[in-house]
Amino acid sequence: MSGKTVWVATRKGTFKIEKSGGRWRAALVGHAGIGVNYVARDPNTKRLWALLGHGHWGAKLSISDDDGATWRDNPAQVKYPEGARYIGQDMYEDAASEVGVGWKTTVRNATLLKLWVIAFGNDGALWIGTIPGGLFESRDGGTSFELNRPLWNHESRGGDLFAGEGTGETQWFGTPASEGGEFAPGIHSIAIDPRSPQRLLIAVSTAGVLETSDGGHTWRSRNKGMTMDHNPDPEAEWGHDPHLIELCQSAPDHVWQQNHAGVFFSDNGAQQWRKVSAPGEGVHFGFPVTVDAHDGKVAWLVPGRSDAQRMTIDGGLFVARTDDGGASWRQLRNGLPQEAAYDVVYRHALDNREDAVAFGSTTGNLYLSEDRGESWAVVSHNLPPIYAVRFG
Amino acid sequence: MVQVQLTRHLFAFFPQLDGLTLEVEAADVAGVLRALEARAPGIGFYLCDERGRLRPHVNVFIGNTLIRDRRHLSDPVTAGDKVSILQALSGG
Repeated sequence: MSGKTVWVATRKGTFKIEKSGGRWRAALVGHAGIGVNYVARDPNTKRLWALLGHGHWGAKLSISDDDGATWRDNPAQVKYPEGARYIGQDMYEDAASEVGVGWKTTVRNATLLKLWVIAFGNDGALWIGTIPGGLFESRDGGTSFELNRPLWNHESRGGDLFAGEGTGETQWFGTPASEGGEFAPGIHSIAIDPRSPQRLLIAVSTAGVLETSDGGHTWRSRNKGMTMDHNPDPEAEWGHDPHLIELCQSAPDHVWQQNHAGVFFSDNGAQQWRKVSAPGEGVHFGFPVTVDAHDGKVAWLVPGRSDAQRMTIDGGLFVARTDDGGASWRQLRNGLPQEAAYDVVYRHALDNREDAVAFGSTTGNLYLSEDRGESWAVVSHNLPPIYAVRFG
Repeated sequence: MVQVQLTRHLFAFFPQLDGLTLEVEAADVAGVLRALEARAPGIGFYLCDERGRLRPHVNVFIGNTLIRDRRHLSDPVTAGDKVSILQALSGG
């Protein structure tokens, strides 16, 4: 475990977690008072990237080249290009409606509402997922970022609104996670195939999973086998709410998905998903999932009760682990609070590296295991609400 | 010249502006922001989104009066005006 660092993004800054004197210690290293949605290290350049949400001042990319000692705004920021538009749904007062409201589609001009996730290809490419649903890429190490237009103009979003009015219909709905409260789609997961960095899976709340195998020139849906309990057609191609997807680094065809409607696993690169929820074991609803880098059948979750009760089950916090592709699950509770604990763990706030697993909650608790979740230690009970936890 | 006063919050991100008497040549608020961007690259994207609209929780005053055009920033300024750029407070 020596030498491991954990980076923690919180509502009030970036924290660095290291072990010294036999215990893990948290230190605020940047962005004091500022919301940090995500922080991660580029394994190619060793640069740290923090995705900030300033509130008043908008979303910003911040970088550090000295292990978090100093940070600065990246000279190139993510900006939607002139003419980027998308179809949204607005609720309006409608006295004629039985329920008092109606829905209408509107075409909105796109501006950056949130930087949500960054991923690093082993070809040096940087990919950033945002709200309102734009995927940005950099092929020059972050000197510039460009909107991936084939995805932005995808038929599932209503076609090319740069060129015209498109089809007028979108299959991409919204998430309330944008900083301004606007209900718009968000890309929170970018899984890059280490065998071929031209192949990516992304996940959109709310639409589903899409795949490219040509570096982002063409995209197709990857939602076969997914089921929904919030749609009259549970097997519809679109409308899914993946909370997170992650693939195994050594077996990239093994892909995991914690979805709003359960836990899903694919052993063929997301061509076909299989539901592996185990409600009897408390494994169904939640936000994060993390996959072992060496064994694609090993994954960890932090379940919640349900979408209607986004909190621990009966006040006892546990991590669930499967070692067999979801055929069976174990509840790992040793060292975690089992009375009056109501932690909620966000989608990016669980990670693993070798035998270590770490997660943080919106109540500012950070836990770490050095034995694959068999036992847990408290790193801190007093951090700000935690948005992301990443080894690196 | 138009005198510009910035909320101290912005000096955390643009320390090169701290302690300066900021005076710029400009005919409207958009010109004031262009002049600030020239002195502190990046500040424009703190104050406005990528379409050039003032961010929702940023306020600009000319004297004691809020500007009217948050979309194009066309409110005119004249020599001797004082422009204040502040964060909006919405309670809490």
